[in-house]
Amino acid sequence: MSTATVPPEPREMVPDDPRRRLTLVHGRHSFADITRMVCAPVEDPAPLGWWVGFGIAFACLGLFLAMVIYLVLDGIGIWGLNNPQGWGFDITNFVWWVGIGHAGTLISAILYLFRQKWRTAINRFAEAMTIFAVICALMFPTIHVGRIWMLWMALPIPNWEAIWPQFRSPLLWDVFAVGTYFTVSLIFWYMGLIPDLATLRDRAKSKIRWIIYGILSMGWRGSARHWSNYEKAYLILAGISTPLVLSVHSIVSFDFAVSIIPGWHTTIFPPYFVAGAIFSGFAMVMTLAIVARRAFRLTDIITIDHLDNMNKIMLVTGMMVGYAYSMEFFISWYSGNPYEMFTFVNRAFGPYAWAYWIMISCNVLVPQIFWFRKNRRSIPVMFVASILINIGMWFERFVIIMSLSRDFLPSSWGYYKPTWVEVCTLIGSLGLFFTFFFLFLRFLPMVAMAEVKNVLPQADPHGHGEGGVPAGEPA
Amino acid sequence: MTKIVWDNAALLSLKTAKSLGVKDGDLITVTVGSRELEIAACVAPGLADDAIVLPLGYGRTHAVRVGDGVGFNTYALRASTGMDTAAASVKRAGGHYMLVRTQDHQALEGRPLVREGTLEEYKKDPAFVREMQEATPHLTFYANREYDYSKPPQWGMAIDLNRCIGCNACTIACQSENNVPTVGKKQVKKNREMHWIRVDRYYVGDVEDAEAVHQPLPCMQCENAPCENVCPVNATNHSADGLNQMVYNRCIGTRYCLNNCPYKVRRFNFLAYRKHEPEVIKMAMNPDVTVRMRGVMEKCTYCVQRIKRKKIEAKIAQRDLKDGEIVTACQQVCPTEAIIFGDLKDPESRVAKLKADERSYTLLDELNTLPRTFYMARLRNPNEMEKA
Repeated sequence: MSTATVPPEPREMVPDDPRRRLTLVHGRHSFADITRMVCAPVEDPAPLGWWVGFGIAFACLGLFLAMVIYLVLDGIGIWGLNNPQGWGFDITNFVWWVGIGHAGTLISAILYLFRQKWRTAINRFAEAMTIFAVICALMFPTIHVGRIWMLWMALPIPNWEAIWPQFRSPLLWDVFAVGTYFTVSLIFWYMGLIPDLATLRDRAKSKIRWIIYGILSMGWRGSARHWSNYEKAYLILAGISTPLVLSVHSIVSFDFAVSIIPGWHTTIFPPYFVAGAIFSGFAMVMTLAIVARRAFRLTDIITIDHLDNMNKIMLVTGMMVGYAYSMEFFISWYSGNPYEMFTFVNRAFGPYAWAYWIMISCNVLVPQIFWFRKNRRSIPVMFVASILINIGMWFERFVIIMSLSRDFLPSSWGYYKPTWVEVCTLIGSLGLFFTFFFLFLRFLPMVAMAEVKNVLPQADPHGHGEGGVPAGEPA
Repeated sequence: MTKIVWDNAALLSLKTAKSLGVKDGDLITVTVGSRELEIAACVAPGLADDAIVLPLGYGRTHAVRVGDGVGFNTYALRASTGMDTAAASVKRAGGHYMLVRTQDHQALEGRPLVREGTLEEYKKDPAFVREMQEATPHLTFYANREYDYSKPPQWGMAIDLNRCIGCNACTIACQSENNVPTVGKKQVKKNREMHWIRVDRYYVGDVEDAEAVHQPLPCMQCENAPCENVCPVNATNHSADGLNQMVYNRCIGTRYCLNNCPYKVRRFNFLAYRKHEPEVIKMAMNPDVTVRMRGVMEKCTYCVQRIKRKKIEAKIAQRDLKDGEIVTACQQVCPTEAIIFGDLKDPESRVAKLKADERSYTLLDELNTLPRTFYMARLRNPNEMEKA
């Protein structure tokens, strides 16, 4: 970077001089300003845009319900699945949603342990997204079974027949892994919300708000003891969540890796899936954050620096999945297994080559634009890129599942085409997600106020660390 | 041979089709004298050039629910002047017709699935069949298996590719024995046929002058069944006599077993195929076999109901089962006796003797699935003219 011609940016999070750590929140806001800014979307009347967005999302949710009812009444045959392809859109959507549900916990837990203070502006938001995405994810394995009314048999419920689930099945591990992840993420998110819910309670003007937020904030008074307990619990939950970020998608990848199907049976899947999940999760946070920060005037809190950092993470994880794609090819050749070799050549040049190249373009080529600072800080560029990455990550799962179309015996090869029902179910699941998300924007503080206040310069009277003024210099 | 179901079609060789500019499924007009018939064309490799084969028996008009409007009435071209063969002219009629097949891919892709050789090769090296594939050690992580499979009987099935003529009788026999639903043309188009035993047909050799090989494929009843450990609800598991069992009541239909079956012999009830059967069809069901509902997986059971019946009979008579006493439906109907079922642990049984033969091999042996169904490679003895 040529500092000679361009004056140094004052709002850089990591300047060249390591002693200089500049402000995370722009615009010299006071504590009260932060409270006002974050509470405004919850307390002011909803803007027209919210109603429009919520209306569309809610309509899509209705579509989802209609599709599920149709499915339960008529059977899986209304989808395009067949023999050899027992899975298609259903599990593609499941893995895609679980992947999206990764960024939240990564931001709130792993970045917390690494003391990445910039996370405070986006963690609430990302955690909410995680929870809603995991809810969407859980929908698919639930509805995709042939006899949904017998689903309880997949749970370890003691019964008079003394029949247990099959503990060697990766699908059962999924039940536990995703269930645990959801539970812990929900607790973590809710616990982080308590101080902010208390703020909303204290600001409540109507009785009903006062009661509801009062119950939800569980008697929080903000005493030193409360804060001490809170910080400890936060750290413990962050510690519990961290391995879950890695485990849940590793276990989702076992759905494929544990099988014997060429193209599925590979040991690279766990790390590759985790990287892909973080990649898609950040892309989804990006898409939502870009819109929400503008719509609710939070650009000083969720700053361009945050987006810049997230773009860097997307560049890194994008290259990780790119590496995984090429390594899969190498290993299939190196293994000398003709079925594996065939599967990978078939992926790139077979009937589903179109999906493969969408995946490569969106996931490997698109993030390369983030090598350039100009692109990392350009809202339109990153908005389009984040959407393309989400599309690419959906196709990654689709391409993997389509390995089923051509496996061992050529006599059973087939081609899977989704029906309109499957497409509507996918759209409907987006409706489910956005319905939750719009309700979240309206009824809960989308930024962790208490945490953001912590990283304001005035929170640190000694001017250490994240203060607006570098240490050792007069204010 | 064509794998076409719910239709008949005019069979043309590749060369003939090319010279007429006809693709598979195109409608053609066949004219014999003054009679004309519009019929869908099916490209059949290995057929004699400049000949058209028209299968009879389709295109019925008074066959009620399932029979009406199926295929083309080729009797219309048959006259007393040419009952079996007649000079005909063919031209493209324009338009396309949907032909559905139970097998979409016709080539073996160089995979050692159907193994064959000549008598000379066999004489030179009797073990050549097994050498077509790298030997794989059959290792396992699980030291103590649930069943050791050492106690007789241990069921197995030999399928002699030398004998199989690809007539599909086994498929139909199985269908009526095991209450396998008929799903109709549209469902077959979506690859949802329910056959528990299918006859795979591959074209081998030169494309222009291809030969066909057949391979009947029931469930392999793997000892290390990949379908079993992926089922989250334990709906498929093993019996002590080596049957890979399917518990319909327990199945929730995740279809993971179907995905993980390397032989793709599992069949899923995508829709309620049995719900709207007329009463007379219901009365025709085999009472010994459960009728499956939608949303559950099913597959070949080695006719477990027949096994049980004979076992009970033997037990009542206080005697041992004799080899050949239990006959599966596919075996019973096979005109060439290509299918032999029996106890692998009985050294005198026919199936055990076949298993010991050098010609025997198992499909996808390297996956360590340890199939109970095995194949006897096809040996051919081509005459001198054919070799040239």
